[in-house]
Amino acid sequence: MKLPWKSRRWMVLAALLVPLGAAFAYVAARSGPLAPVPVTVATVETKPLEPALHGIGTVEARYTHRVGPTSAGRVLRVEVDVGERVRAGQLLAEIDPVDLDARLTAQQAALARAEANVDAADAQLSDAGARAAHAATQARRYGELSRQGAASEEVSDTKRQELLVSEAAVASARAGLEAAREELARARADANAIGRQRSSLRLVAPVDGLVSARGADPGSTVVAGQPVIEVIDPTTLWINVRFDQLRAAGLRAGLPARIALRSRTGEAVKGRLLRVEPVADPITEELVAKVVFAVPPEPLPAVGELAEVTVALPRSPPAPVVANASVQRVAGRLGVWTVADGELQFTPVKTGANDLDGRVQVVEGLQGGERVVVYSQRALRARTRVEVVERIPGASP
Amino acid sequence: MISLAGRDILHAWGKFVFTGVGLGLLVGVTLSMAGIYRGMVDDAQVLLDNSGADLWVVQQGTLGPYAEPSSVYDDAYRGVLAMPGVARASNVTYLTMQVRLGDRDVRAMVVGIVPGGPGEPGQPGHLVAGRHITRGHYEAVVDVATGFRVGDRIRIRRTEYAVVGLTRRAVSSSGDPMVFVPLKDAQEAQFLKDADAIVQQRRRTAANASLNPPGAPGVVGAVVASQTKSPYVNAVLVQVEPGYEPAAVAADIQRWKRLQVYTRPQVEEILVGKLIATSARQIAMFLVILSVVSAAVVAFIIYTMTAGKIREIAVLKLIGARNRTIAAMIVQQALALGAIAFVVGKLAATAWAPVFPKYVLLLPGDAVRGFAAVMVICVLASGVAIRAALAVDPADAVGG
Repeated sequence: MKLPWKSRRWMVLAALLVPLGAAFAYVAARSGPLAPVPVTVATVETKPLEPALHGIGTVEARYTHRVGPTSAGRVLRVEVDVGERVRAGQLLAEIDPVDLDARLTAQQAALARAEANVDAADAQLSDAGARAAHAATQARRYGELSRQGAASEEVSDTKRQELLVSEAAVASARAGLEAAREELARARADANAIGRQRSSLRLVAPVDGLVSARGADPGSTVVAGQPVIEVIDPTTLWINVRFDQLRAAGLRAGLPARIALRSRTGEAVKGRLLRVEPVADPITEELVAKVVFAVPPEPLPAVGELAEVTVALPRSPPAPVVANASVQRVAGRLGVWTVADGELQFTPVKTGANDLDGRVQVVEGLQGGERVVVYSQRALRARTRVEVVERIPGASP
Repeated sequence: MISLAGRDILHAWGKFVFTGVGLGLLVGVTLSMAGIYRGMVDDAQVLLDNSGADLWVVQQGTLGPYAEPSSVYDDAYRGVLAMPGVARASNVTYLTMQVRLGDRDVRAMVVGIVPGGPGEPGQPGHLVAGRHITRGHYEAVVDVATGFRVGDRIRIRRTEYAVVGLTRRAVSSSGDPMVFVPLKDAQEAQFLKDADAIVQQRRRTAANASLNPPGAPGVVGAVVASQTKSPYVNAVLVQVEPGYEPAAVAADIQRWKRLQVYTRPQVEEILVGKLIATSARQIAMFLVILSVVSAAVVAFIIYTMTAGKIREIAVLKLIGARNRTIAAMIVQQALALGAIAFVVGKLAATAWAPVFPKYVLLLPGDAVRGFAAVMVICVLASGVAIRAALAVDPADAVGG
């Protein structure tokens, strides 16, 4: 060692530069596009899936009774308010009758007069009958006398003619009675009609139920058919659910459902699919179905409230199952990346049933037992070097 | 043959190394600048990669969903699907907005996708955790850059979404992380107003006598219902069947459906050529300035190092060293300085790149080019010092 202090300097310099060079080499190999891509893998299992369908809908009343007048009028009074329970036949509201009461009185007077007319016609008939009986007796008597020559032919003819006149008077009186009776029936029907009209202004509850809307207040004018009070039957609430058509295969009546009401997050109530509507919504591309509560929740949900419904579809037969994160489309083909001996290979697959937890059945392409890539830090290519890790760095703990 | 440069470096190695490190930081900044530009271009590329589309069908006469507002009726995709050569077509909406988690909010690009399963156009490509969207409502897959985690409940406008999956490098062209939500929810967020606005609108409609005529109580309900429909999307993403030429399919759709259609090169041109062109020129300007500054700094350092040993050089000349030897010594020192600076710069750029708010992409090709540039600059910058060294009079070595 000729120059020990100089070698020491070299060593110090090397001690600075060598780690620098090493760090540089590490950075060049481990960062950027040349570095291996961390991936996580999972083994494909063969098992059945329990697919489910998720949709949203609104709580609706199955029957809504919109009670309103049959002709235009002004509301006189409203007896109930929203939220009140009513019984069938209970008065809900009344429309101002205006002149109907006066007309009813007039009609009742006309009825009484018609009844009196009937009595008068009846009396006239009795009177005419009595006259006819007398005329008949007279005619018979003068007929006898005329035959015996005790009376002139003329008198006898006069008596017979009187008999014919009195018989005509009886027929007339009978017709008069008939007319008076018909008149009485008409007056009675008229009075009845006005009475019915009067009672139709009293709006009564058609069923036992809950007042859900009050459409008018005293003093406002409503047209024929405009609802003044809406009554729903709270025991027949259902949910009008819309399911995306994409995954709705196998949806049918009777399937069990779980209903999560918007106002009650965290708790789900049980229900049942009542029916799938035969007509789908062509604009929103959804199927419409009705879901009923197994037990109506207490307190009752508001009509129009949003609800999320999850319907359990029939369980599928066993098949290889992968996470839907594994399935990717590469160069137009759907498939999964399998890892064997550290080598990546793209295997095209055909997928079948899937469930809401993100599991997909593979009906073609995998046998089960393969190791497939689930998560990767970057998009994979056939030549990508991979490094299998427990979880992707930077992702959730 | 003894290395003059090596001996001289060894003589004052501390000064030499620390000068190199200082210069290296400057090189690091230059490399980062280039990385920022590459990152911007890459952001545009991953946006296109993530959409998984071959064709973009957009409103007639617009530049597409990334550059201009575009609305297409949401049933237009059915007509597009029927065109020959179209394998898959999906509606998609894009909207950049604030996404809230608790009292923190993140600027993100909310992408509305048809929850048709993995591999459909518009779906996020690869995940790093969780799963894809399986429900038709209220689920979200988010980019890790949002800082959200699987299981978080985030809020977009009126609706709360459960984060079910995380993806990585799904960003908009301006680098905002993406949040994927089901299409119907995204349509609501984009085209439907919040509850306050709806109530106001209802009141206005009800106050308008022609929309709420007396004696026809049903009309106002129908008008309100028609005001709250949202049958629009921003674009239809199309995947072309193998064997068909995307440009030909695009021309067909454009001709018969009377919609604007862009192929991938065209969208790329729009993104890179139009959207980020100004920013790219800005960064190119910085790169030029930084290169000039680096060259000036290297020249200055080499010159002062040479000026510091002017007497030694005179001695060398006196003992008969040739000019070539002296020039080679200075150039070698400059190159060594450049090499240290480059290594330090590359390390620094790699170390601080992840801290940048936007994506910084350091390409190996850029590093190689950077190394060459540093070396060339060092050689050129040593010119002044060489001139000074050669001008030294050997007599100075013995003179007072």
